[in-house]
Amino acid sequence: MTAPAPDSVAGIAAGLARGDFSAEEVARRFLARIEALDSRFNSYITVTAERAIEEARRADDARRRGSAGFLAGVPVAHKDLFCTRGVRTTCGSRMLANHVAAYDATVVELLRRSGMVTLGKTNLDEFAMGSSTESSHFGPVCNPWDPERVAGGSSGGSAAAVAAGLAPVATATDTGGSIRQPAALCGLTGLKPTYGRVSRHGLVAFASSFDQGGLLARSAEDVALVLGEMAGFDERDSTSLDAPVDDYRARLEAPIAGLRIGLVEEQFEDGVEAGVREAVGAAVRVLEGLGATVRPIRLEYADVGIPTYYMLAPAECSSNLSRFDGVRYGFRAPGVSSVEELYVESRTQGFGVEVKRRILAGTYALSKGYYDAYYGKAQRLRRLIADDYRRAFEEVDVIAGPTTPTPAFRLGDRLDDPIAMYLADVFTVGVNLAGLCAVSVPAGFAGSLPVGLQLTGNHLEEARLLNVAHRFQQATDWHLARPPLAEPAGGTPAGRTQDGGTRGGGTQGAAGASEPGPTPAARGRR
Amino acid sequence: MSISHAEVERVARLARLRIDPGELDDRARDLARILELFDRLAAIDTRGVEPLSHPVAESQRLRPDTVTESVDRAALQQGAPEIEDGMYVVPRVIEPR
Amino acid sequence: MNAWQPVIGLEVHARLLTRSKLFSGAPAGYGAAPNTRACAIDLGFPGVLPVLNREAVRMAVRFGLAVGARIAPRCIFARKNYFYPDLPKGYQISQYEDPITAGGSITIEPAGGPRRDIGLVRAHLEEDAGRSVHEGFGRGTGIDLNRAGTPLLEIVTEPAIHGAAEAAACMRKIHTLVRWLGICDGNMQEGSFRCDANVSVRPAGSQTLGPRSEIKNVNSFRFVERAIGYEIERQIDLIESGGEVVQETRLYDPDRHETRPMRDKEDADDYRYFPDPDLLPVAVGEAFVAEVRDGLPELPDARRDRLAGQYGLGAADAAQLVSYREVADYFEAAAEAAGSAGSEDAADAARLTANWVNGELAGALNREGLRIDEARVTAGQLGRLVRRIADGTVSGRMAKAVFDAMWGSGEEPDAIIEARGLRQVTDAGEIEGLVDAVLDAHPAQVDQYLGGAEKVLGFFVGQVMKRSGGKADPRQANRTLRERLARRRDEPPAGQTP
Repeated sequence: MTAPAPDSVAGIAAGLARGDFSAEEVARRFLARIEALDSRFNSYITVTAERAIEEARRADDARRRGSAGFLAGVPVAHKDLFCTRGVRTTCGSRMLANHVAAYDATVVELLRRSGMVTLGKTNLDEFAMGSSTESSHFGPVCNPWDPERVAGGSSGGSAAAVAAGLAPVATATDTGGSIRQPAALCGLTGLKPTYGRVSRHGLVAFASSFDQGGLLARSAEDVALVLGEMAGFDERDSTSLDAPVDDYRARLEAPIAGLRIGLVEEQFEDGVEAGVREAVGAAVRVLEGLGATVRPIRLEYADVGIPTYYMLAPAECSSNLSRFDGVRYGFRAPGVSSVEELYVESRTQGFGVEVKRRILAGTYALSKGYYDAYYGKAQRLRRLIADDYRRAFEEVDVIAGPTTPTPAFRLGDRLDDPIAMYLADVFTVGVNLAGLCAVSVPAGFAGSLPVGLQLTGNHLEEARLLNVAHRFQQATDWHLARPPLAEPAGGTPAGRTQDGGTRGGGTQGAAGASEPGPTPAARGRR
Repeated sequence: MSISHAEVERVARLARLRIDPGELDDRARDLARILELFDRLAAIDTRGVEPLSHPVAESQRLRPDTVTESVDRAALQQGAPEIEDGMYVVPRVIEPR
Repeated sequence: MNAWQPVIGLEVHARLLTRSKLFSGAPAGYGAAPNTRACAIDLGFPGVLPVLNREAVRMAVRFGLAVGARIAPRCIFARKNYFYPDLPKGYQISQYEDPITAGGSITIEPAGGPRRDIGLVRAHLEEDAGRSVHEGFGRGTGIDLNRAGTPLLEIVTEPAIHGAAEAAACMRKIHTLVRWLGICDGNMQEGSFRCDANVSVRPAGSQTLGPRSEIKNVNSFRFVERAIGYEIERQIDLIESGGEVVQETRLYDPDRHETRPMRDKEDADDYRYFPDPDLLPVAVGEAFVAEVRDGLPELPDARRDRLAGQYGLGAADAAQLVSYREVADYFEAAAEAAGSAGSEDAADAARLTANWVNGELAGALNREGLRIDEARVTAGQLGRLVRRIADGTVSGRMAKAVFDAMWGSGEEPDAIIEARGLRQVTDAGEIEGLVDAVLDAHPAQVDQYLGGAEKVLGFFVGQVMKRSGGKADPRQANRTLRERLARRRDEPPAGQTP
């Protein structure tokens, strides 16, 4: 359609290449916006202002020497589930509120190596367990489109930050929908890559056979640019896929005529809010207009996804979170007199209610006498679900449907009803159960709230998904819409200013363990 | 389906979590609802279906037997709750084994 | 006592001799400052992931092939979940339903008993835990995680062992084998080789198993035999006095020679095993197995039989030589140096070599607490010494003196024999002279001998040896004495009248 927005990854990279502005100016502009605006959204847990300026200057130096890569100087925010050396990595939990990682996650290392500038660590549901980013120890995240509503979860901080223009792109993770659902609720493009495509080394585990790192950005193009730097085989992750990384950027523009799109009928029925159905239906017609063909497909076990996921993921979580015992790092309850008390009190006080709920459910599913009926059976159902998709991809290239059954719901609405909360993932968990890749793309609005179109691809079909999403975004401008709230009082609109740097960095505290948490206002807000 | 308080306590004990008496009803109900959700799938016959543990890759890559990690004890123990003489310290363990 | 049959199964943990740990690139090995060999992965830091060590897999397959086990084409790592301060992740990565090897057997020859095959249930890979230190931390316990993540091979026998001596023989055999294969150093003091024993008794002839007790971490062969012996008697006494054996874990106290119940891990009842989602199934391909098979050494039983056949050794000698592969290697090298191939003399030399390896050499090593690869006398040197015994240059007794000198100086036997003039006197004329001189000097004893007291011969031999400074060939001296005495009976020397 048009040139990339100036506050997008592509726009910033192009501006830096042209010398329109320096990386330091870009970093200062985003830091200033964070300082001015984030008290409304609570999207960051830690802002690494000094480090960001330092990294930006290095990127500027590299550019002067001619050794800068394409992304050098482009800012990024990391979901606070990725380990960052020397910077606290909290996972949104009291358990790790003061934990400073001793090493960088592979994703963090790769993006740093590409010259990207880290703005900070974004808020999330505690240990990524949630669909609303309300379970964070650092307070809930608000949706920039409506501060009374959730930003989705668990990557709600990353989503709100990008939506509000507090970062051009953010890393995120997706165990059952945690990238795509907040992308849909915040009007962003969010890609969950194939399981094993992006290294899990340094990604604090929730459910190991589901967790996958990915990205939230405005456009498919931005995702493609950054994914190319962070995807790939990692010898430190046994489940990492040793397959070549596609040139995502080069494939963006390919025509999609002849693309076979499958629709699952049930995803367009009554359980889905009318506004969502309409927007997604219209989006599919846009794809048809670009030459794609649409046919109905059946996913026989689609209904099985949620119960299966909420059996398996908590089981893995119950074991993964056993390491938080107050012995070697993290929170230790004071005043304990025995090892048993040390365990019980550190864990009981260190974890929030949703995490404990899942640990209990997962422990139950694995415990003696119940394994076969619950965990074992769920693993078999997982096979049936994966087989379902395998058959579907023999007939179609991409499956299209709504990312979520409703747009953003109100803060607090589902907190006391875990099952209602879990159902927010009804269209997303299947992808994780089968290890597939999927992207959520802005597809219009239900009322004033964004709606996401989910495109699901077969294993390692990221390039195709980004291609389809990009062609869709060339034909639409939903991804260019900006939430009205994301403007400083009396300030200039996001993306239309290049005069960064006036508010100066460093005011949000130094990098490291001593960084302050969110403001009291943000923490107390519900 | 209902889950007894004793069941909740058994599981909490395995997970090293304390459930206050006032919370027992809520935790029992949460657990029961998740299990109920799953129990609806009881009718699906999964006999003969191979359990799926890993969604994509098939087999494990093996690492050459070389020392690649250097250990910086001070850095690793920086955030440790209690250290003495390089050891992690916990309240006295009554040796069970 | 005959009414009861003990039933024993062993679980042996052998620490594998890899350079790095089972799932991390931190250095494996014993004896470093606390927590200096535990990396973020071993410590179970948030976000770390395990990556399996190929060498550990190779070693497990090596063991499996050596005992004739089935090597699983696909095996699974599972998590065993329990809380303990020296278990960093709250679970141990182990194998549960699909171990790397299943079945196989070892052959034991308990002292005084017949040779018997003991079946193995399985051998599986798992990571070791850390170490808790209870002294020196005030009212606390110190945790050292250096050992955490070290690879272990857990070897489980069938409950097919029926006595304490058999159990000890079984443990010894496994010990020999893992060392022989070069996969474990067998060091029990350092915990590189540990054994748990499951013990129950049942009425003779019964096929069902009684309730068992598990005796934990018995760290010597002697203790395993004594602990099991004690436990068998305890259980029989208990049953015969109307009591009942309860299934429990017990600890052997060697000082008081008793077993007593110990508190089990609280989670022991429910470990919640499940496949580790961080680790994919391990596919052990045919090519991998073939490569390991090609690299297998001749195994102890086969070598014992070959040594017995090829060198004409007795069963006990041959068995002792294969207690360690290095000993068998030493023996064969020494035997070759002692005099090779074919002749009757060579067989004698080989038997003599075996005696020396199992006798003098083993004794010297024992005295100094050395391993055979630390011996101060090389196999070649010992062989050349044996050659000098066989060719009569030195007597057995002189050879011991030569050996001691070699042990002290590291010199060649011939050099020592030469330098110290230890060459045996074998010259007939010289020996005749010595004999005549002895007989002349002891006419009374000659008369006794001639009078029928043949045991006086020993006295004469002793005198000849003494007069020769120990250098006379005692066999030759003996022969010459008989000849000379016989001649004196027939024709008394001049000047003596009958």
